[in-house]
Amino acid sequence: MTATVQSPSPGPIAPPAKPNLLYRPEFRQAVYQILLVIALIIGFWAIAHNVAVNLARQNIASGFGFWTRTAGFDISQTLIEFDNQSTYGKAFWAGLMNTLLVAGLGIIFATILGFLVGIGRLSSNWLIAKLATAYVEILRNLPLLLQLFFWYFAVLKNLPGPRESISLPGGASLNVRGLYLPAPVPESGFGYVLAAFGIGILTSIAIAMWSKRRQLATGQRFPVLWTSLALIFLLPGAVYLVLGQPLGFEYPALRGFNFQGGMAVQPEFMALLVGLSTYTASFIAEIVRAGIAGVPRGQREAANAIGLSNGLTMRLVIIPQALRIIIPPLTSQYLNLAKNSSLAVAIGYPDFVSVFTGTVLNQTGQAVEVILLTMLVFLTISLLTSAFMNWFNKHIALVER
Amino acid sequence: MTSTTATSTMRPPRSEVGLIGWLRKNLFSSVTNTLLTIIGLWIIWKVITAAIGWAILSATFEGSDGAACSREHAGACWPFIQAKFSQFMYGRYPEPQRWRVDLTYVLAIAGLVPLMTPSVPGKLFNTLYMIVFFPIAAFFLLVGGYFGLPYVPTELWGGLLVTLVVASVGIAGAFPIGILLALGRRSKMPIVRWVSVGFIELVRGVPLITVLFMASVMLPLFLPEGVTIDKLLRALIMVALFSAAYLAEVIRGGLQAIPRGQFEAADALGLSYPQKMGLIVLPQALKLVIPGIVNTFIGLFKDTSLVLIIGIFDLLGIVQLNQTDAKWFSPSTGMTGYVFAGFVFWIFCFSMSRYSLFIERRLARGDRR
Repeated sequence: MTATVQSPSPGPIAPPAKPNLLYRPEFRQAVYQILLVIALIIGFWAIAHNVAVNLARQNIASGFGFWTRTAGFDISQTLIEFDNQSTYGKAFWAGLMNTLLVAGLGIIFATILGFLVGIGRLSSNWLIAKLATAYVEILRNLPLLLQLFFWYFAVLKNLPGPRESISLPGGASLNVRGLYLPAPVPESGFGYVLAAFGIGILTSIAIAMWSKRRQLATGQRFPVLWTSLALIFLLPGAVYLVLGQPLGFEYPALRGFNFQGGMAVQPEFMALLVGLSTYTASFIAEIVRAGIAGVPRGQREAANAIGLSNGLTMRLVIIPQALRIIIPPLTSQYLNLAKNSSLAVAIGYPDFVSVFTGTVLNQTGQAVEVILLTMLVFLTISLLTSAFMNWFNKHIALVER
Repeated sequence: MTSTTATSTMRPPRSEVGLIGWLRKNLFSSVTNTLLTIIGLWIIWKVITAAIGWAILSATFEGSDGAACSREHAGACWPFIQAKFSQFMYGRYPEPQRWRVDLTYVLAIAGLVPLMTPSVPGKLFNTLYMIVFFPIAAFFLLVGGYFGLPYVPTELWGGLLVTLVVASVGIAGAFPIGILLALGRRSKMPIVRWVSVGFIELVRGVPLITVLFMASVMLPLFLPEGVTIDKLLRALIMVALFSAAYLAEVIRGGLQAIPRGQFEAADALGLSYPQKMGLIVLPQALKLVIPGIVNTFIGLFKDTSLVLIIGIFDLLGIVQLNQTDAKWFSPSTGMTGYVFAGFVFWIFCFSMSRYSLFIERRLARGDRR
């Protein structure tokens, strides 16, 4: 030891003595992880063993053989053809389609309502701001299931019977059996109207792209909104009139004890859609409010200073920046809505959970396969929605230098 | 040029101050605004008259069965709530034993109120009371079977009691698991991290209903032959695991907000990992995310109503069950029950969200130096 003090030779410093193996972080981490893996394997093995024993005792088959067997039950509302001779596999798809239908429509309605209420909360009109606040505070502090029960059992199931139906404008009527709407019946030549509609949309997109390029190059603006509206609505409208209105409506009519014809919307579906949209809208409203309030004051002032009108300030300055704050939490609300649609099971709407995790599981008893598939479906929906929203988020994100 | 006499100050125009000024500025500043105000007033008028008409003017206050509420255009059926009130609160908990539930509530309030009031001293003792003494006392009081208290099986529990038990046991059980998961997600050990991330994302990706279905159909399959778990306990385990995943994400947010220097300072002091986390990082991180934790709890409190799908009757479940009581059948019974249950749920959730806001503001005040 004294030698090292006396000779300050520039040689390499001796590495510190290796600590005891037990005190080395890498070794400890390896041990912890190996222990965790062993514990997990033992746990899973024990569960798998118990499941196998229990299933054998209850004489329940395993595997996915049930997929092609006849289900033998009916589903009250389906998007694909389904009857009691269809297979369990088909029941799976029928339920999934129903879930996607209610979740998709729910997302659209909740977004519209949520944005309206969120903007209303920031309104300079005191009364409107308070009304929007009351809406948010009441709806988001009540359990969704309670709201669904309220809509279904207390409102829709208390409507008058078919004979005393409430008539709505446009030939629709509402009664305890559901909402009856006139069904559009396309006649020959209606395809041309649809084609005109499609052409209108495509040309609008092309014009928008061209106009943006021109504006970047020359600074001239082109009235994209008005031309798009004209192309999308007036063009098919004109074709529709030229071809002699090739679209009839089949009106629902009271025959016997119920309405026949037209489009029928079941009360279960209505209750679920209304409940999900109004509940989720209260959360979206808060997100929108926070997003708009999160845009710095200076942005609005700067926009006013360069002479933008209020509408343009909103559209070109505030909303694009607010969207960056809004999109991530909005994604999780969409996912919540999709997951919450599983509450359909409580009011009897045949969604995926109700049909597959409920009825199919009860009939086949194959809990493991059914629950695994259920989780897989919801994980897929979650991942797909997140992926889309992440793409959208990246698309609108601030491009930093 | 100076003037020595004060010029008389002019009063602001009358239309700009006072009630009229306020009205002009906030309600009638433009044509659209005036139109919106009128629409708003119309909505408020409609809602208030409908609510008063239903709850008071055309409501039924006396009666002993549904027939009393079955007239044309009848409003609320309050005798239904009166008759079923104790069921809504305690379920089928035996009547002579209900003081035990009440005593549990008193013990809970005695611990919670000082804990939630920041100015009351003795938080350490108070926390110990809430996490050690209270759960044990509550267990023996509610379940019984010892100290001369008769045993009350959980099948008899119901109503608000079950709602509160599921929510509070769920969050209490979720807390330690959530902290472990959050720490695991930020761990340097890859396998620990993967397991935590896998669990959190799997659970957050599926709805609570499937988790509860799992509790009722799969959990029994997981156990060795002959072993059964109480239905309520099964739901409690699943609810705790479910909320642990959400809580883990909230706590992770708090962990991320702690400056690196805190971790490094703890390392420099030679603290071990548990000491570093338990003494330095977690106390700060958890304090930061109290609002998030309260919000998770509100979500859980609302979600407890889903247990009715697997046949456990919480407040909403017992209200729903009583709708089918033939004696009380009337067109307005359902609405009355839901309004009552909604009122109770709303009071709880709203006051909790106000509390979370209060803590949030208090924390923000601390940061604003």
